Amino acid sequence: MVDVPYDRIADIPPAEVPDVELYHPRSWWTRYVFSQDAKVIAIQYSLTASAIGLVALVLSWLMRLQLGFPGTFSFIDANQYLQFITMHGMIMVIYLLTALFLGGFGNYLIPLMVGARDMVFPYVNMLSYWVYLLAVLVLASAFFVPGGPTGAGWTLYPPQAILSGTPGQDWGIVLMLSSLILFIIGFTMGGLNYVVTVLQARTRGMTLMRLPLTVWGIFTATVMALLAFPALFVGSVMLLLDRLLGTSFFMPTLVEMGQLSKYGGGSPLLFQHLFWFFGHPEVYIVALPAFGIVSDLISTHARKNIFGYRMMVWAIVAIGALSFVVWAHHMYVSGMYPYFGFFFATTTLIIAIPTAIKVYNWVLTLWHGDIHLTVPMLFALGFIITFVNGGLTGLFLGNVVVDVPLSDTMFVVAHFHMVMGVAPIMVVLGAIYHWYPKVTGRMLNDVLGKFHFWVTFLGAYLIFFPMHYLGLLGVPRRYFELGDAAFIPPSAHSLNAFITVVALTVGFAQMVFLFNLVWSLFEGEPSGGNPWRATTLEWQTPETPPGHGNWGKQLPIVYRWAYDYSVPGAAQDFIPQNQPPPTGAVQGVAP
Amino acid sequence: MAVALILLLIAIGSVLFHLFSPWWWTPIATNWGYIDDTINITFWITGFVFTAVILFMAYCVFRFHHKEGRQAAYNPENKKLEWWLSVGTGVGVAAMLAPGLVVWHQFVTVPADATEVEIMGQQWQWSFRLPGKDGRLGTSDVRNISPENPMGLNRDDPHGQDDVVIENGDLHLPIGKPVKVLLRSVDVLHDFYVPEFRAKMDMVPGMVTYFWIRPIRTGTFDVLCAELCGAAHYQMRAKVIVEAESDYHAWLEQQKTFAGLSGRNAVVRAKYNSGDD
Repeated sequence: MVDVPYDRIADIPPAEVPDVELYHPRSWWTRYVFSQDAKVIAIQYSLTASAIGLVALVLSWLMRLQLGFPGTFSFIDANQYLQFITMHGMIMVIYLLTALFLGGFGNYLIPLMVGARDMVFPYVNMLSYWVYLLAVLVLASAFFVPGGPTGAGWTLYPPQAILSGTPGQDWGIVLMLSSLILFIIGFTMGGLNYVVTVLQARTRGMTLMRLPLTVWGIFTATVMALLAFPALFVGSVMLLLDRLLGTSFFMPTLVEMGQLSKYGGGSPLLFQHLFWFFGHPEVYIVALPAFGIVSDLISTHARKNIFGYRMMVWAIVAIGALSFVVWAHHMYVSGMYPYFGFFFATTTLIIAIPTAIKVYNWVLTLWHGDIHLTVPMLFALGFIITFVNGGLTGLFLGNVVVDVPLSDTMFVVAHFHMVMGVAPIMVVLGAIYHWYPKVTGRMLNDVLGKFHFWVTFLGAYLIFFPMHYLGLLGVPRRYFELGDAAFIPPSAHSLNAFITVVALTVGFAQMVFLFNLVWSLFEGEPSGGNPWRATTLEWQTPETPPGHGNWGKQLPIVYRWAYDYSVPGAAQDFIPQNQPPPTGAVQGVAP
Repeated sequence: MAVALILLLIAIGSVLFHLFSPWWWTPIATNWGYIDDTINITFWITGFVFTAVILFMAYCVFRFHHKEGRQAAYNPENKKLEWWLSVGTGVGVAAMLAPGLVVWHQFVTVPADATEVEIMGQQWQWSFRLPGKDGRLGTSDVRNISPENPMGLNRDDPHGQDDVVIENGDLHLPIGKPVKVLLRSVDVLHDFYVPEFRAKMDMVPGMVTYFWIRPIRTGTFDVLCAELCGAAHYQMRAKVIVEAESDYHAWLEQQKTFAGLSGRNAVVRAKYNSGDD
């Protein structure tokens, strides 16, 4: 560690652009409904994502009931089971996690953390939310049309997705693809906003290497999403054309229910390439914001600077870049040219290195810290465990030949739920406990929070850790019933029943969390402006919750990085980013 | 410290579960024991990292949890430590990747003496085809498919006439002989999946995909479909029987050839048309 003398003039360039006049709402409607304030839009995004997420949660209970107790619930048939898994998967990945991390946390935190008054394009930001809402409504409407939602699996692989052997072939698939197209349009409007705001609207002194890792994570994920979603967009449009106009982008000559179909000449593998060119970066679009947020949670609640900040930033960028050259590891057994396996296995396993660095730096941040075991910290610890577990099983599936026996088994289901389901949701929940005081001015109840954490974390681990071993045994995924198979012992059925019971319990704990959210809004302890004694700018606003324009008359000026915790000789164990150094003093690190 | 203790129990519990759980892979029936070996190497390396990280976290929580008067250390970076950790990770990754790629090379390299077998998937059943006396499979096309010719063989191809066609039956394979399994689908994606074989590959309409195996033990094995193929995906079953060469040939003798089948169908049709059935 090197102490550097502070030179205020050199560090803080003069403002090049004068403060821009904000758009001001004039009525209740433009203040709370058609609002252009990023904070309101963030809450709209979060509530909508949570609402559709609850639908996905209920769907998971239904599919677990079927898996745990096959034949018991006559109201679930094979078609519905496929519809449940499809909608559950798509909702969780796109409409909940992507929307919540970028539309929710991104909107709320980016302007506050970089010291801006709002997003740079507030009107487009508002449109982004309303198009997202429309996408969610179109998606949900599939439950009410003849034939119901599509049951093609969340990967929507053609030819199956648009042929008559699959549930939802009439309306469901059309609504699903239309909804995805809308989602991408809405996301693009929001995403451009986040990127430009981070690049152009940072306050004086907020250099890129002083940004909190939360902003780095959301920023990189957004850039990736802007590059990856177009692949899904064109894939969806082409599949929609195949379904509605009879084109054959993805459809070879084939037999449909005993009859030669009208299709011919297309390639089913082309869709898989387009889907996974989006789909793999998507994993990191969800993971990178989680990486960033959890870094800040750990640092704040361990009262210690994040270990290896620069390495953390470069790891985020490296993971983002590498994730565009690994997509075909989802296709090792797809029938693509087998020699691609060498390339994609190598790139995939290389990603493990920057990812491992991040894990090391999180646990090294704990080392010699002053660890406050608050609810956000507990969720951060839960994240590290589930992420390490899920990340390491990724090394099985990424190593091409190991993937061959494990692909399409419950091992895959367990892996991706652990790494991009449970782990990011641990971060989402920890982040809600962390920032709820800033959003509402009140603390969430601690006792309920700890109950919520332990049931959710231990329950999720008990669900997904043993599930890997079902996959190792060979139990295939997406099976309505396992039926008779000599290699599946009765004990595997008992394990399935156990997993179902735990899953329902974890679901119940989320109701406690919802209660806490509502109850604390009225009865929670007033939090004050900076209850966690954190350094980043969002905790230094003149009002809590932050008012329109965030900063009152004067934008904050940033003098230091985001991690000045427990600085030797400082009066407190944290120094806010906007606290000027005492004149003539030597202190702090300016990385 | 309850939290540290729970973290410790998670690490120990996961290892014990791994060692003692009754759920483990099926006894292997082909030459792909190398795949199992690679999985074992991966388990050792990842298991070590997992346990080490969780134990270290448990230690940190135990040793550095907040107490009155505790102050955290201030150390933004440690280049040397970060460097060593990166190199160590790189070595671990290479130790898993290298054997994986070696085995993958074997997996995609079919031995020259392998005999061909064709498996065709359709919603929701399996059909099989073996080359006849000439040792060659005849050509096929989806457009040829009809009730009399369910696999769509080309009637004009002399190599196809003696092909053995098995519909709604089980597949038999001789033990010890390498087999190149050619995979085909007529409608949607399927995946010929026998857990004991370890090898599997999707079947894609419009393409012929493959894998190869050498069966090493006799027995009857369940065939499942491993790629979602519609409403009855979970019911798409068959059996593979690996048996001694003599048993295999005895079975093969009883099977119908394409010429035989289509001849019979032609006779049936002729009878039907003449109305004297």
